[in-house]
This record gives sequence, structure tokens and C-alpha cells, in this order.
Amino acid sequence: MSIQVSNISKRFGNFVALDKVSLDFPSGELVALLGPSGCGKTTLLRIIAGLEQADSGSVILEGEDASSTHVRERQVGFVFQHYALFKHMTVFENVAFGLRMKPRGQRPSDSVIADKVHQLLNLVQLDWLADRFPAQLSGGQRQRIALARALAVEPRVLLLDEPFGALDAKVRKELRRWLRKLHDELHITSIFVTHDQEEALEVADRIVLMDHGHVEQVGTPEQVYNQPATPFVYGFLGSVNLFHGRVDEGGLKVGDATVPHQQSNFANGAEVFAFARPHELDIVTDPAATKGLGAKVVRVLSFGVSSKVELDGSGSATGQHFEVELSQQEVQKLALQPGQLVRLLPSRLKLFERTHAG
Amino acid sequence: MSLPVSIPSSRARSVLPGFNLTLGYTLVYLSLIVLLPVAAVFLRTADLSFAEFLAVISKPALVASYKLSFGASLLAASINAVFGLLLAWALVRYSFPGKKIVDALVDLPFALPTAVAGISLATLYSKNGWLGAFFEGVLGIKIAFTPLGVLVALVFIGLPFVVRTLQPILEDLETELEEAAASLGASRWQTFVHVVLPVLTPALLTGFALAFARAVGEYGSVIFIAGNIPLVSEITPLLIITRLEQYDYTGATAIAVVMLVFSFVMLLLINGLQSWSARRTGRTL
Amino acid sequence: MSTTANTAHLRHQTRFERNAATREPRWIKWSILGLSLGFFLLFIFMPLLAVFFEALRKGWSPYLHAIIAPDALSALRLTLTIALVAVPLNLVFGVAAAWLIAKFDFRGKQLLTTLIDIPFSVSPVIVGLMYVLIFGANGWLGAWLQAHNLHVIFALPGMLLATTFVTFPFIARELIPLMQAQGREEEEAAVVLGANGWQVFWHVTLPNILWGVIYGVILANARAMGEFGAVSVVSGKLRGLTTTLPLHVEILYNEYNFAAAFAVASLLALLALVTLAIKSWVEHHSAAQQINAPLSMEKTS
Repeated sequence: MSIQVSNISKRFGNFVALDKVSLDFPSGELVALLGPSGCGKTTLLRIIAGLEQADSGSVILEGEDASSTHVRERQVGFVFQHYALFKHMTVFENVAFGLRMKPRGQRPSDSVIADKVHQLLNLVQLDWLADRFPAQLSGGQRQRIALARALAVEPRVLLLDEPFGALDAKVRKELRRWLRKLHDELHITSIFVTHDQEEALEVADRIVLMDHGHVEQVGTPEQVYNQPATPFVYGFLGSVNLFHGRVDEGGLKVGDATVPHQQSNFANGAEVFAFARPHELDIVTDPAATKGLGAKVVRVLSFGVSSKVELDGSGSATGQHFEVELSQQEVQKLALQPGQLVRLLPSRLKLFERTHAG
Repeated sequence: MSLPVSIPSSRARSVLPGFNLTLGYTLVYLSLIVLLPVAAVFLRTADLSFAEFLAVISKPALVASYKLSFGASLLAASINAVFGLLLAWALVRYSFPGKKIVDALVDLPFALPTAVAGISLATLYSKNGWLGAFFEGVLGIKIAFTPLGVLVALVFIGLPFVVRTLQPILEDLETELEEAAASLGASRWQTFVHVVLPVLTPALLTGFALAFARAVGEYGSVIFIAGNIPLVSEITPLLIITRLEQYDYTGATAIAVVMLVFSFVMLLLINGLQSWSARRTGRTL
Repeated sequence: MSTTANTAHLRHQTRFERNAATREPRWIKWSILGLSLGFFLLFIFMPLLAVFFEALRKGWSPYLHAIIAPDALSALRLTLTIALVAVPLNLVFGVAAAWLIAKFDFRGKQLLTTLIDIPFSVSPVIVGLMYVLIFGANGWLGAWLQAHNLHVIFALPGMLLATTFVTFPFIARELIPLMQAQGREEEEAAVVLGANGWQVFWHVTLPNILWGVIYGVILANARAMGEFGAVSVVSGKLRGLTTTLPLHVEILYNEYNFAAAFAVASLLALLALVTLAIKSWVEHHSAAQQINAPLSMEKTS
């Protein structure tokens, strides 16, 4: 089922949680709402679910305005951040809850409910835990039970609030893969909220990046990572080196140093932010070189596939901190020593007008 | 595609049902049972001019009773602060036989009807009682039917307030704090004064204030042991009853207003202390 | 989770006494124990013991006689009647107020919470006075009540009102922090799964607050049965008609019938002990329930 939200605004007192947000969630996709805490992503999820009322705007489920539909009738499945399993009920009773709450006429018989619950518990591979209480489960198991419970009422959409937030790193990785697989089996339109970029990039079909109640960019993981639309997205996804500079004839002036750039759509004299990913900076060791930013090597971390070089800016870039990623061979070739003065030359630089908020 | 509609922002901002029902019920019940009767006292005093009111509440017998009620209550709350802290400390930090029973019985003053406590204390501390025989016979200190008797009853009634506000804070106190202090070279006493006590202070003050507020209004456990000698051991609540028995409603009401104003000031103070304590220890009370 | 504090609680004494950083010198420990337990014996234990000792001073036969005396039995009946009305009234209120305060955000919530506490801070004598001012012969409604031959003061309704007032906050005070700590997620989950208001309360909220309800009810009940000052003002103390057990104790005591006074008092002291026993049991039970969760989390994560 498709979901659209249009012009949703929501304030809490003086705090603007959402400011005229409009989005389109195509049917069958797994979408991540990604952003720092307080960006409005959870509020948006709760508004879609009907747990929260928007101040203005509408939620359209499958072309129908559902803004005034009560959460009970929206047929959404919601997985809460801390799972909200009913502590006093067994796993079986938790999953059966939604079916047992149906009005008498629509309520399935006990045997139908039992079949359905076991089928769902098998789906989440936890049928053997049916008689346990939530307190007796691990975090990852609770998570999957919460999901089974949400699926029991055959929701038209599945909404997950920080589904992996409360789990430790190893379990989180496992469950991510598992959720992706489950989605590929069920193909139910799903939205999950996360503040973890890696999680969003790895699991989602599409990512919605949010900040301060605004949507910054919508796109596939590749799109948002490789072509960030705003300085915020650039800074939020992956590590990045940032300079302030002025566009000049010879390139970009950063202090008294000049670096080349490829963007021709800026007038001379424009004040800009410039972004370069760690692998987009080259280190020039030749002391005679004049191009590039002056920097001093602080530390070389060479483990794993690539090596990381940490540098402090020198000269006009003093006080800045840089991070450069190189292959092991390059590091060996350069033979960098801590304290060595070098120059940094960006191979690719993304510029944003300075007036842009960021 | 439908047109965006504006949804009126709901006051309660919750999908859970029952806001109007519980709000209405709570307000009506609160007003009928609590607010209206309290208002009645204040409205009744409006019969008096301010000068008359002052004259009524500053009669010598009353002034003597204020001194006794507030003085003994302050003293009792102070005693409770000291011994309550010791008892809370012992209950949290040490193991000793019968600890569970002691822990449960700390609440006895809450659970025991005040009249029962009153006659029991009066008997214990009278000349022939177990404790009275010792204090009066051996030490020559008369307790029952003197202001000291009032103090004893108020200490009894106030003890659980201090112990029960301190206990959870002491239990939540992280050992790491004291370990850190010890590793930095602090003595046990320095650690207590500079590390433990500051954490306990808000709760200790809250317990003190609760015990004090309760003691000032206490009636049942006091009147039996106080002896109620005019100008000597008459507590303020007793004077309200005396006025009522003489059908002096205005007099009774004027005294009640003095005590109610005091109670509300204490209530606000205690609320302030509790939120201070909650902020300092990061727990909700 | 905040419940880890509770697991720590169980291991406390040994943890503190074995740890060099949290252990006092032996003589200080013994001084603290001596002072605090001495204080406890003097102020709590001796008065309790004295009640039973005085009650049985003259043996079992006068004791039983005092208890089954017609006046004592009618006082018992009245005491039970009052508790049976006042406690359920405040139970309904407590649940409604706690639901309101814990599950919704609205302006004036803090003020409401403070107002609920008022009865705790009002002297019982003043509580009685309030109702005399409203319903007494010279009160606001006095003339009207007299004209319709209705009795509130010096009759059961006045005693019910006074008892309801003094036990007003007990259950609400227990349930508000409990329900606030439990948050709204479980109830929201139930609503998303299609439960209606009553189903949410019955299947999700009530099982979670059951211990708190029991706790509040037994405390409110102890106070309702034991209230003295407030009830004494509005009762008129018509022997056998408007005397509750605590008032009956007072009357016997003032008649110098000490053995009988303490015999009846011992019933009330027993009630207090039972109350404290249930209270400890509930505390133990709810603590054990909470401890379950963090333990199993340690095991698996």
C-alpha cells in the first residue's frame, strides 16, 4: 500500500518538530527515515501511524485521506523502540493480542488464532519461545516478537521506530540482515526510523534524510551517499573534510592556499563551503609544491584494507583537522612520519554557497 | 489525491482514550471532597475584619499553643532527621538479625491508629509506666502530661517520613562514588561529608519538612500524653476542638486558617524540595 | 533500564560491608547500629508491645469481654462500613487521576498533582471543622438539612466525608508515579493492535498496576479504619451509634477502663501489623517482578 504525507506540520510548544513535510512512500518499499535526534523523524512516523495528530497537513493511505481515521482503524503495524511487549503476557498471548481484541463478530476462533500465532512465530523463527514471558527473552528475541505481534493483525503498512536502537552491535547486524530478508519475502510497505547512517544505507531501498523538521534529501542509498544534495547530508553521511573558502580564477582560495575544484557554476568571489571525503584528498609530500592546503601529519593508522592519516592544518589552515584515506600501498610509498609537513590536494571537491544554512 | 485538511490540534495529544472522562471526574471529585471544604474555612473567616482576625489568633492561650506546637514539632523533626538518617543507613548498609522486621515496623506510625499510639505512649511514659518509672523515678524527669510528652509523641509520628525518603536514595547511591573518593585519598568521614551527604541533603530536608508538617497538625497521638494543661501543654489543634465545643465557630475557624496557611506553605516547600531532590539524584519521586 | 537499581538492592549489605571503600570502622558501625536500633526500640517497638501487654494485663477473659461488648461490636461494624465506602470511592478516583496524569499532557498537570496532596497536609481536626462549617447546625446547609430532617454532622454521612477526605490521596499517590514510570508505549501498542479503551485498561494497564492498587488500598484502608481526629470532630460520639473503634478506645480510656481500652486498641494494632505485613509482601513481590528483566538481559546480551 502506498503512503503519502502532504504538508505535515507539528509543533510541541515552541519546538517545531515538523515543518510542512511532504513525502511519497511507494508501495512495497522499505524506507528509512534518517536524521539526528530531534529532527522530527519519530514524530513523522507516529503521525503516519495515527499515534500523534499533526497540527496541519494530511496522511493519505492508498489514495484515501486517513488523517481523521483513528489509529485502531488505520491497519498499521507499529514496532515500538522499546518493543512495548506486554510484560504480564506470554509471547503467545502477546502475538495473539490483536486478534483477541477484535469485536466479537470479527474475532477468529481460538484454534484459528493459535494457528495464526504459531505461523507468525515460525516466521520470526521463535516458535519454541511461545510460553515464555518477555522478561525471559533477549533483546533481539523481544524485537522479533514485537514484529510478529505487529504482523498478526495483517497490517497494510509496517512502521518501526528505531528497531535496532536498543540492541548491541553484533545482534543489530544480524537483525538488519534478517529484517531485509523478511521484507523481501513479505513485500509489505515499511518505514523505519533510525539515526544510524550505516543501518539506513545497508537495509533501506530508499532513504529520507531529515533535519530540524525538514526533508533534506530523498533517494536510494547510492544517491544520497554519492550525490548529497545539501551540506547537511554531506556532513551527516560518512566522514568528511570541510573547508571555508572563496571562489577565485585559479580555483578555490582557502586562506592563502589555493586548491582546484571542478564546479564552474560559481561566480568569482562567491563564499562557499567545500566538502571532500577522506578518500578524495591526496597527500603531496614534495616540499616545493605550492598548490594545496598546508598540513602536518599527526598519526598514521594502518590496519584493515585502507589506511587513515590524521593531520592538523598548518599555515592558514591552522586549527583545522583533516582525515585522509589511502590504500596500504600508497601509505608505504609516501612513508609519512608524524610531524612531517605536507600539502593536501582534493581530487574531488563539492561546493555549496555559504549563505545556505548548514 | 485529496486536499490537505487542517486538523485541529488536540489538547491531550494522545491516542489513548478517556481524557475528558478522567479529567472531568477528577476535577469534580477533587472539588467536592477537597477544594470546597477547604474554601469553606477561608470564606467563614471573611466574617471577621482583619483586626478582629488578628485579635482572635493572638490570644495568650493560642500564642502559647503555637510556641508549643511549632517548637516541639521542629525539635521532633530535628531528632527524626538525625536518628532517621542513622536508621536508614543501618537498614541499607548493614545486615543484622531481625532487619526485615525492623524495616517493616518503621512504618508502624503510619499504620497504627493515632489514638492507639496516644494511649500507649501515655501509659508507657506515665509515672507507673515502663519508661515513665525510669525517667521519673530514676532520673527525675517528668515526661507524660508535660511538653516533653508532646515531643515524644511527635517524634513517634514523624520517624517514618525521614527514613522512607532517605532509604531509596541511599539504595541507589553508586558505590563507585565512594570508591572514587577513597581512591583519591579521602577518609571515610571526608567521603561521607563531601560525597554522600550532599546527595542525601535534599531528601533529608524533604523528610524533615514532611515530619515537621505532619507534627504541627497531629492530634490523636498527642492529646493523651500531653495532659492538655492550659498555657503549658495545649497544642493548637486541641484549641480548635475546644472552641468548637464552646460553639465559637469563628474562633475555631480563625485558628484553622492560620494552620492551613502554614500547611500550604509547607506543601509548596516540600514540592520544591522533592523536585530539587529528583533533579539532583536523577530519580523521580 | 532503571530497574538495575533493584538488583543492586538485594546484594547491598554484603556489597557495602565487604568493600573497603564503603565500610566504616567497626566501632562506628556498632555505634550507628546501637543508636538507631535503640531509638527504634524506644519509640516504635515499646509502644507497640505496650498495647498488647496492657490489653492482656488482666488475662484473656476480660480481654475477650471487652472485645465482644455490644458497644465494641457496633463500633467495629461502623468502622468497617466507613472503610467499605471511603476506600472504594478513593480507589475509583485514584485510578482515574493516575490515568489522567500519567497518560496525557495538559496544562495545569503540576497544579493538579499538588492539589491532590492537600489532604495529606491538613490537620485532621481541621478536616472535621470544614464539614461542621458546611453541614453543621450553624453551617451553610445547616438550616436546609434541618428542615428536611437530614443529619450529616454527628451522623454517618459526616464521618464518611471526613474519612474520605483524609484517605483521599493514598491510592492516587501510589498509582501516579507507578503509571508514569510505565509510560504509554504498552497502551499505545494495544491501541495500534485494535484494542478499545476498556480493553486497553483491563488487559494492559490493570495487570501492570495491580500491585500498586493493592498497596494503595491497604494503606488507605488502615488510615480509614484508624482515623481519629477528623472523625472525632464530626461524630458527636454517641456511644454505640456514632463511635468507631478509635473513638471507642478514647471513650474507654477516658473512663479509666484501661484494660478494655487497650483490648480494643490491640485489635487496631493487629490491623496495623497485618497492613504492614501485606505491605512488605507487596513490596517484595513487585521488586522480585522487576528484577526479572535486567537479569535475563545480562544473560543474553
